[in-house]
Amino acid sequence: MTNILSLESVEKTYDSGFTALHGVDLTLKEGEILALLGPNGAGKTTLISCICGTVMPTGGKITVGGYDALTDFRKARSLVGLVPQEIHLEPFSRVWDTVRYTRGLFGKKRDNAHIERILKELSLWDKRDSRVVELSGGMKRRVLIAKALSHEPRILFLDEPTAGVDVDLRKEMWEVVAKLKASGVSIVLTTHYIEEAEAMADRIGVINGGRLALIEEKDALMSRLGRKSLKIELETPVSEIPEALRSYNLEFADDGYSLVYEYEAGASRTGITRLLSDLRDAGLCMNDLSTRQSSLEEIFVSLVQSQEEARS
Amino acid sequence: MNLTAIRAMYVSEMARFFRTFMQSFLSPVISTSLYFVVFGAAIGSRIDEVEGVSYGSFIVPGLIMLSVMTQGISNASFGIYFPKFTGTIYELLSAPINFLEVVIGFAGAAATKALFIGTVILGTSALFVEMQIQRPLVMVLFLVLTCVSFALFGFIIGIWAKNFEQLQLIPLLVITPLVFLGGSFYSINMLPPIWQTITMFNPVVYLISGFRWSFFGVADVPILTSLLAIGLFQGLCLLAVWWIFKTGWRIRK
Repeated sequence: MTNILSLESVEKTYDSGFTALHGVDLTLKEGEILALLGPNGAGKTTLISCICGTVMPTGGKITVGGYDALTDFRKARSLVGLVPQEIHLEPFSRVWDTVRYTRGLFGKKRDNAHIERILKELSLWDKRDSRVVELSGGMKRRVLIAKALSHEPRILFLDEPTAGVDVDLRKEMWEVVAKLKASGVSIVLTTHYIEEAEAMADRIGVINGGRLALIEEKDALMSRLGRKSLKIELETPVSEIPEALRSYNLEFADDGYSLVYEYEAGASRTGITRLLSDLRDAGLCMNDLSTRQSSLEEIFVSLVQSQEEARS
Repeated sequence: MNLTAIRAMYVSEMARFFRTFMQSFLSPVISTSLYFVVFGAAIGSRIDEVEGVSYGSFIVPGLIMLSVMTQGISNASFGIYFPKFTGTIYELLSAPINFLEVVIGFAGAAATKALFIGTVILGTSALFVEMQIQRPLVMVLFLVLTCVSFALFGFIIGIWAKNFEQLQLIPLLVITPLVFLGGSFYSINMLPPIWQTITMFNPVVYLISGFRWSFFGVADVPILTSLLAIGLFQGLCLLAVWWIFKTGWRIRK
């Protein structure tokens, strides 16, 4: 697959002297969904803004579909649709007009059929003659998406599409994104909801302090960094770990009624079989077994923490 | 040139104007009528003639200029300030258009509105006083140049303004006094000598004088000086717009 987007050591230092991006390298494959994770103020929005042209990068090179975002900005930008984080809409314009306006701004010929298709896809068709002020929060967000799609972009940037949005609407957004992916649009989304990245993304990038701390396939990341834990519930509680089981680094849980064993999810030898036979040899009777995989959130928190420790 | 984008911006700005068409149309008609009642009938009946022109007719060019300048500024400054205020400016910044195209779309629409209002005032005036326009082409040239320059000026103010107070500041504190003291309602020759000298530093004097000349063939300053003045102002505005375009001042962080 070819790269639809590539960033080479992109930097941004604001006039205030604050450096929001310290040389970010990044590529996006055609048709891919990339989730950029990071705490507030990590530089996610600045990164997106540099690509879309609302912020001028102070260094580095950005190419969209092979076109330089600065010198060939007309071609580069016409491939890009941006859904901003805040709901920026002119309150008194009508849904249909505002979506058509964006298409015009991007220099595309009028195509009412296309706009009708988008509005129907986003369940906004019934509201096409309503003024923006009359819409609910979720609908306004969908209007922003409709505007971003009006000129048939090949990459869509969603800046925190579900920030401050209730659970139903968040699920609805995920469905919208899934549909868009199916239609072949590449998507970059920023979020600080880990479950969102876990649910939608093909690849995950973690930004912290203006640096791309990591970027990896979601599944690989989960198996590489994900730890699993095996919880063994005992029939009778134990007060100390038997001598034969010391090497497993077991921990107590539930007042001695359970033992917890941690292992690497991706490891070829997990040691579970041996542990279970050693448990039986030690004369411990089991009631139940359960395993749990650490979520992306835990991975993310430990990554950010270890980075901060390394820096201080 | 992204002509489709310019058209989109122009049409969208004009749509705002047409949404409030009655208001846009009626307010200049009413205010012009009021000026004629107050200045033309009440005061004008005691002044009789200025430079061989009846007072009622004499004030028409000044009235048109007054409205065209203030409307040009307020339409353009509000037009570009509003997207900054609502945040929809992100669309203009991320679209494949350059700043010049934004200026043409927004300031072009503002100039069109000012031109419309100027024409409405001219028409309303014809109902009250006898009108004569000796040099219609020069009149149109002056009117269009003034609409365009002041729309550009308003656009710059809209880019500069960080809040609604600042948006009103320059029109209120600078433009309105300059227009009122620039000979809208009187001839400079009617002032004491010292004030005549001071008035010459008011750039608006040159615009009103030139515009009046196209109507009656009488002027406070030579017509070429007037043309030079409006050309200079237009040039300065274009220079400022070009500089904003180059630096992204107050638009692109």
